[in-house]
Amino acid sequence: MPDQRPSPEELLRRVEAEERQASRGRLKIFLGYASRVGKSFRMLDEGRRRKQRGQDVVIGFIQSKVEPEVQCLVGTLEVIPGLRLRSDGTEVEVLDVIAILKRHPQVCLVDELARDNPPGSRNPKRWQDVQELLGAGITVVTAVNLQHIAERQDAIERITGKRAQQTVPEAFIRSADEIVIVDAPPEDLHQREPGSAADTRRLSELRELALLMAAEVVDAQLHQCLQLQGVEVFLGSQERILVCITPRSNARRMLESGRRNAERFHCGFLAVYVRQAGLPPADEELVEKYLALARESGAEVHILEAADSAQAILDFARAHAVTQLFVGHSLNSRWREMLFGNPLDQMIRAADAMDVRIFPHPASS
Amino acid sequence: MTPPAAPARGRFEIFLGYAAGVGKTYQMLEAGQELRRKGVDAVIGYFEPHGRKDTISRTEGLEVVPRRKLEYRGTIFEEMDTDVILRRKPEVCLVDELAHTNVPGSERSKRWQDVHVLLDAGISVITSLNIQHLESLNDQIWQMTGVRVRETIPDWVVDQADEIVVVDVTPRALRHRLERGVIYSREKADKALENFFTEQNLSALREIAMRHAAHEIEEKLSAQDDLAPADGAALSPVPASPPRRKECILICIDERPASIVLIRRGRRVADYLRAECLAIYVSPDAALAGLSPEDREAVERHLGFARNLRIRTEIVEGLDLAAGVVQFAHEHGVTQVFMGRSVSRNWKQRLHGTTLERVVRLARDVEITIVAERRR
Repeated sequence: MPDQRPSPEELLRRVEAEERQASRGRLKIFLGYASRVGKSFRMLDEGRRRKQRGQDVVIGFIQSKVEPEVQCLVGTLEVIPGLRLRSDGTEVEVLDVIAILKRHPQVCLVDELARDNPPGSRNPKRWQDVQELLGAGITVVTAVNLQHIAERQDAIERITGKRAQQTVPEAFIRSADEIVIVDAPPEDLHQREPGSAADTRRLSELRELALLMAAEVVDAQLHQCLQLQGVEVFLGSQERILVCITPRSNARRMLESGRRNAERFHCGFLAVYVRQAGLPPADEELVEKYLALARESGAEVHILEAADSAQAILDFARAHAVTQLFVGHSLNSRWREMLFGNPLDQMIRAADAMDVRIFPHPASS
Repeated sequence: MTPPAAPARGRFEIFLGYAAGVGKTYQMLEAGQELRRKGVDAVIGYFEPHGRKDTISRTEGLEVVPRRKLEYRGTIFEEMDTDVILRRKPEVCLVDELAHTNVPGSERSKRWQDVHVLLDAGISVITSLNIQHLESLNDQIWQMTGVRVRETIPDWVVDQADEIVVVDVTPRALRHRLERGVIYSREKADKALENFFTEQNLSALREIAMRHAAHEIEEKLSAQDDLAPADGAALSPVPASPPRRKECILICIDERPASIVLIRRGRRVADYLRAECLAIYVSPDAALAGLSPEDREAVERHLGFARNLRIRTEIVEGLDLAAGVVQFAHEHGVTQVFMGRSVSRNWKQRLHGTTLERVVRLARDVEITIVAERRR
């Protein structure tokens, strides 16, 4: 079992992080996969409920054109009017950061997180305005469309054929204390004019992407929370595949299968090799080839130094919350020792918290 | 004379949540209200108020079909009255808590079976479900939370939904709701906060619900591709991979309780890999005469459990377990065998190797998966 106790530096870092967090406002994001899924409604409804519970809530920004039920909610809350700036001949409304800081509410609602501010504004991007509010201890509840997340633009373009002009960095989204997915069937989005099958398909793909992204954020937060508590529990809420590479395994097949499985499960994909001393040059070469193949297949490759390779792999697998361990076996004359003596036999017996998938070696068939 | 054509099957929509109190029922009722405003004939077939004021207010104006009262062991239970709904024949029926088990003496043992009757009669159903009721997740949920969920629903029932909508709130907001007594009574809420509703449990369940909903969307898109390959290929975000052999998973069942874990996990992996799924028991005789009554009952129960999850089952006659498994695998194009861990090594195994060793030796190009043990 590796030492799980945090170092003094780590503890200090945590205390500092906590202190920073305590004086900062909380950031809560409603994430939708398209416009009209109801992000603004959910955001404002949260504002209404907070106000009912006695919190001091204001609206920092809301679109001027909203649905009637959203307008209803807007009417119940105090609005801090935005600044109107002229940019390229059109009037643009931006967050009045100074007015909000002066008013200093407990909670500020900010719609359309991914907007750019016109040149000459206090900050170039709205998310930077929000960061300022958070720094001043104001809690911000905001809404963003998946299609405006900077790092997702390649995927978005593959689906919609378009890239967003105005974006927000994913790191900012991930820094949120809370993220909520706003889901709705694609049909609900084109109520007025029924969309084509291709539209519906595109929306479904975006929807899947949004759900998976939210799941990733939840997973990251979950592991952070577990780490902070110093507890080592295995939840297995996300699948993780680990391929064990040795010169004698059918690495090509294992990696191909690992990649395909990772694609289907949308899960983590790792490959590990425990360095062995005194390996013949031909085997060394094979291992190098397999490791390169692993990287090409999209696996996160780790090389371990350890005397007891089975134990090293198991410790690694546990530390990385692996749910599926892929191992090879060879049915040559020494098959019994290879598989059921050390180290594979030991590994299968000890790896009882994960699935172990044994791959046959071509030489055996 | 030709029989009258069966009505088109109703539309099936599920509001999926990750725990009690996330707002599934509320959203289901809200959807009903929206339909009513549009002039659709929507009724409430079953709704569990749980004494939540906000939720109850959302039923206003919606017709509620009276429930059926049943006596069981001296207590009166209320269930959805499927017959009355069929006679009333609304366009859309709202049915809360899809995973509910009906009281003994009901016509059907599970509410989802009642829902199927409504759908078959052409009535659209909007329903609510929590992720932990999914059969294939049962062991994982138990391992995570310590709670063995008793009311489960086979995954294929959920797969059949035309639409699954995620109802999301953050675990923090949900815990606040509990603390404020919105979800349960004070005393029950305190217990829940300490046990099931911990931040980590809720986060893990939430992640699983999101991933499952994403998976269902992907499966629907893929099914569309299969129907219209030419059209779908142009739109698909991932370049088409070369055609490959379809995966086929074979689950080896025996009389041990761990077989259930094996079946659930095999089903889940098969669903994700779009693989076929089979389960066998190898026996010297098809009648299972050589087994003790308890073991025979257990094997039959496990095979029945697999069939409930739409896994094809077979009893394979053979004296040698390993040889029987491998022969069946080779004859049926199996790519992956799911097995439990081998138990104690007796003298025979010391001589010939455990079943697992022998399967591995004989299997050649078939992969063998030894399924994780679920423990707490």
